[in-house]
Amino acid sequence: MTLLLDVTDVSKRFGGVQALENVGLQVPHGSIVGLIGPNGAGKTTFFNVITGLYPADAGIFLFDGAAYSPESVANVTKAGLARTFQNIRLFGEMTVLENVMVGCHCRSNAGLLGAIFRFPSTKKEERAIREKSRLLLAYVGLSEYADMQARNLSYGHQRRLEIARALATEPKLLALDEPAAGMNATEKLELRELLLRIREDGTTILLIEHDVSLVMGICDSLTVLDYGKVIATGKPADVRTHPEVIRAYLGQGAV
Amino acid sequence: MLNRFTQINRATYLWLGVVALILLPWVVGASGGNYWVRVLDFALLYIVLALGLNVVVGFAGLLDLGYIAFYALGAYSYALLASPHLPQNFEAIATVFPAGMHFSPWFVAVFAIIVTAVFGIVLGLPTLQLRGDYLAIVTLGFGEIIRIFMNNLDRPLNLTNGPKGITAIDPIQLFGINFAKTLDLGFIKMPGLYLVFYLFALLAIAVAIVCLHLQDSRIGRAWVAIREDEIAAKAMGINTRNMKLMAFAIGASFAGVAGVLFSAFQGFVSPESFTLWESIVVLAMVVLGGIGHIPGVILGAILLAVFPEVLRGVAQPVQNFLFGHVLVDVEVIRQLIYGLALILVMLYRPGGIWQKRSAS
Repeated sequence: MTLLLDVTDVSKRFGGVQALENVGLQVPHGSIVGLIGPNGAGKTTFFNVITGLYPADAGIFLFDGAAYSPESVANVTKAGLARTFQNIRLFGEMTVLENVMVGCHCRSNAGLLGAIFRFPSTKKEERAIREKSRLLLAYVGLSEYADMQARNLSYGHQRRLEIARALATEPKLLALDEPAAGMNATEKLELRELLLRIREDGTTILLIEHDVSLVMGICDSLTVLDYGKVIATGKPADVRTHPEVIRAYLGQGAV
Repeated sequence: MLNRFTQINRATYLWLGVVALILLPWVVGASGGNYWVRVLDFALLYIVLALGLNVVVGFAGLLDLGYIAFYALGAYSYALLASPHLPQNFEAIATVFPAGMHFSPWFVAVFAIIVTAVFGIVLGLPTLQLRGDYLAIVTLGFGEIIRIFMNNLDRPLNLTNGPKGITAIDPIQLFGINFAKTLDLGFIKMPGLYLVFYLFALLAIAVAIVCLHLQDSRIGRAWVAIREDEIAAKAMGINTRNMKLMAFAIGASFAGVAGVLFSAFQGFVSPESFTLWESIVVLAMVVLGGIGHIPGVILGAILLAVFPEVLRGVAQPVQNFLFGHVLVDVEVIRQLIYGLALILVMLYRPGGIWQKRSAS
């Protein structure tokens, strides 16, 4: 399998704290890769670095076979790497449907004149955006809430909406930051099915998650971070028994 | 069936609205005199201003306290290009324009759109990283800088004539009709103030339509996304820098056009018309009416443009009646009521008087 995302030697320092030290991560096409580790290990920092939110101090970044420099969040999204946020960041005042429509922004072109004069091509594009957004809402199971204000959605639904919004940018790689956080058991099961379906439909997934059973159940490979360093990489079954991982993260009871 | 019914209803309302708009200056003129038609004319200009500021503050969420500077730029553009001021003060210009400078308002409006849009971007570029209070302070400074420039650019070269302002500005003249004179249509005589009303009403409607179209477009959604969460907006692939600059430029250009018409309508401009207080009044129209909600903003503009005039007509006689003399100056009462109204709206209806119906 060829690699969709190939990142090596990423370092990031915040003042006196070495948040990331020579971190590498490989995501093959069509896979689900998990990034796990204790709180404060640097998982979200790593996400923020590869998506352009924080500038990296060092690192080699390859996406889909080409080098990319994660300097602008918008350009990373345009290149095909979409993300969700650990602390949900929806557009609260907008409706659920509009949130997804915003996601279509980078795959549509209407400019200022088109917006003002509503050329036939603009209207056509607008219809296509609406149609695509409705389909995506149906895909994540939020059709009935389309006209609700996003801020009024339940927690689990907000997480799903973030996924739908990220999918609207037509990513090759979907990077999810703790999508199961705060979900109950049923919601987690539904999420698991959704993620498998997304992979089935051709989108590769990179996942930060604390829910061990979810991660172990769906990931093809795992990378474990601790204190900003990679302590293990491999198949879930191997990582599960890795002594370093047990010490730092899983604890003795997990074996 | 139901759909057809509502469609007819909508068309009926539209026609009723048009008829009411056509009759309005005649009714107001007959009952209150030209003074009140003039108030209406200004109310329409304020609608254009408030709608423009709403693009910046309401849609994109960028608090702008120097908005009136763009109005000033538009007003001075026309004042300089359609008055004897420049030829009188500069030999070279007088030789180029032996018949005096009389550019048409159409031309100057286009010119002002470009100038104010550029200035909008000039203001936007250094403030891209700023939000909320910080942005408000910088824009406030920008507004004051423009006003102070206009106040002092009478030497060494007399560009703006300083605090004395520029007089003898050409009146609005379109299609060979002079908007400062009464138009004789044969069967009816139409005062210039009424003509101005129709022109400004058309402009306000056009601007409102542009705003409605913008709101419901890819651009409008990007603005609201930036307002709601800038980082998430970036993560959607939105170029937040360009979108913010666009909001500044569009808001500014509306004010520029309004400024051109203002100076042509008044025939006189001076820096006094473009103080911080004016910026705050326009912002109050947006906030009080319904920030981000176009009908609300229009309502806010009408209320705050007409209210001081009503107050002027009421406060003095009432005080004379009650106390036998004027106890509190009308201007003080006006500011008092403005402040009170804003506090009450913020407390009880933070979305404005006519806010967006939030879907539940």
